[in-house]
Amino acid sequence: MATESQDAAEKGAELVFHPMDQFIVKPLFGDGAVGLFTVTNVTLWMAITVICVIALLVLGTSGRSVVPTRIQSIAELCYGFIRKMVEDVAGKDALPYFPYIMTLFIFIVFSNFLGLLPGAFTTTSHIAVTAVLAMAVFLTVTLMGFFKHGLGFLGVFWIGSAPLPLRPILALIEVISYFVRPVSHSIRLAGNMMAGHAVIKVFAAFAPMVMISTGIGLLVTPLSILAITAIYALEVLVAFIQAYVFTILTCVYLKDALHPGGH
Amino acid sequence: MATETTAAEGGHVSPLSLEEAGKCVDSHGGAIGMPQLCGEWMGNQIFWLLVALVVIFFILSRIALPRIASILAERQGSITNDLAAAEDLKAKAVEAEEAYNKALADARAEAQNIVAQAKADIQGDLDEAIAKADAEIAAKSAESEKAIADIRASALDSVKVVAKDTAKEIVASMGSKADAKTVTAAVTARMKG
Repeated sequence: MATESQDAAEKGAELVFHPMDQFIVKPLFGDGAVGLFTVTNVTLWMAITVICVIALLVLGTSGRSVVPTRIQSIAELCYGFIRKMVEDVAGKDALPYFPYIMTLFIFIVFSNFLGLLPGAFTTTSHIAVTAVLAMAVFLTVTLMGFFKHGLGFLGVFWIGSAPLPLRPILALIEVISYFVRPVSHSIRLAGNMMAGHAVIKVFAAFAPMVMISTGIGLLVTPLSILAITAIYALEVLVAFIQAYVFTILTCVYLKDALHPGGH
Repeated sequence: MATETTAAEGGHVSPLSLEEAGKCVDSHGGAIGMPQLCGEWMGNQIFWLLVALVVIFFILSRIALPRIASILAERQGSITNDLAAAEDLKAKAVEAEEAYNKALADARAEAQNIVAQAKADIQGDLDEAIAKADAEIAAKSAESEKAIADIRASALDSVKVVAKDTAKEIVASMGSKADAKTVTAAVTARMKG
């Protein structure tokens, strides 16, 4: 033990890898356990998300100007983007569900981008969060499908255009894929967010290499800083794309519920 | 026991005992495995997520979305209005251009009329003046002719008188007393011939 710590002292420092520490849920006040209603960093960052949503969509549009200000035009852009997506993918009769889908999109996109701030906590990197979002979509869509079409909703599993002998097999595959939907839906988002953030942390852990070993460090430190920059740029892209993918898949599922068998 | 020794070795007097923090965080406050899979935190996350979603949903559906929809509708309306107004103005401009062209054509026609009128007037005046001048010339020439005729007549008379007198004198000087009457008759006859 003593020699080890001496070695470490001679080196001056060690590389420390804690890529997953950024995902720890902590109480904001005090050090107690995390209960159901404890105010944690999750609460903080979700509150910041809500505040950003209000700032963009409510305060940004408070001018109601015909010629929009910059923030108002961003708000209008978001509105038009999601509304057009709902209309194009799920059809005009899906428009009553537009506020619901807009809520999902705006929450995910703000959480993803806020998570990219250094030191931030990324709420959408947690499977608990994305699973709730995905299950909400899954349950809504399934219940609505049965409510609207009764047992006719099961037609979504019966591919009318396939040859008759193949239909039972396809139906089985369709049923399996239907129930896998919420799993892939949630893990896709959480996994993407978690992986990118963890990779950034790993590269960040390599960055102080020059302080430990000058020789290798001269090569490794600039490379890892470059890698952090590159991954960060990629993450900015992923932050938007994952929110987009989550939303458009919700629209696709909604279309299935509104028009089962209408391929 | 084991955790206590590691905490001691790490030199931290961590306030987080395992009982408090659960099994997701080690004594240094580092994550054990994936924090995403820590069951103890999920309830908290789900609770706050539902709160956030409900808040966002109500803000969007009650305030933000209707407001943006009304802004967009208003803009669409004003664009349509402006386009209609522009169409009106364009029609008016075309109308104005037509009126202008018509006025121009009218003015041109009037100008031509005035020119023709003036020409006719001038021609009339000219004709009148020429006619007057012609009449005057005719009158003057008639007068002159009369005067010439008078002069000619008086000259003839003078010639007659002179001829008679001369003939009388010649006859007298030739020695014979001439009858005045005879001489006159003879002279007159001769002058006629």
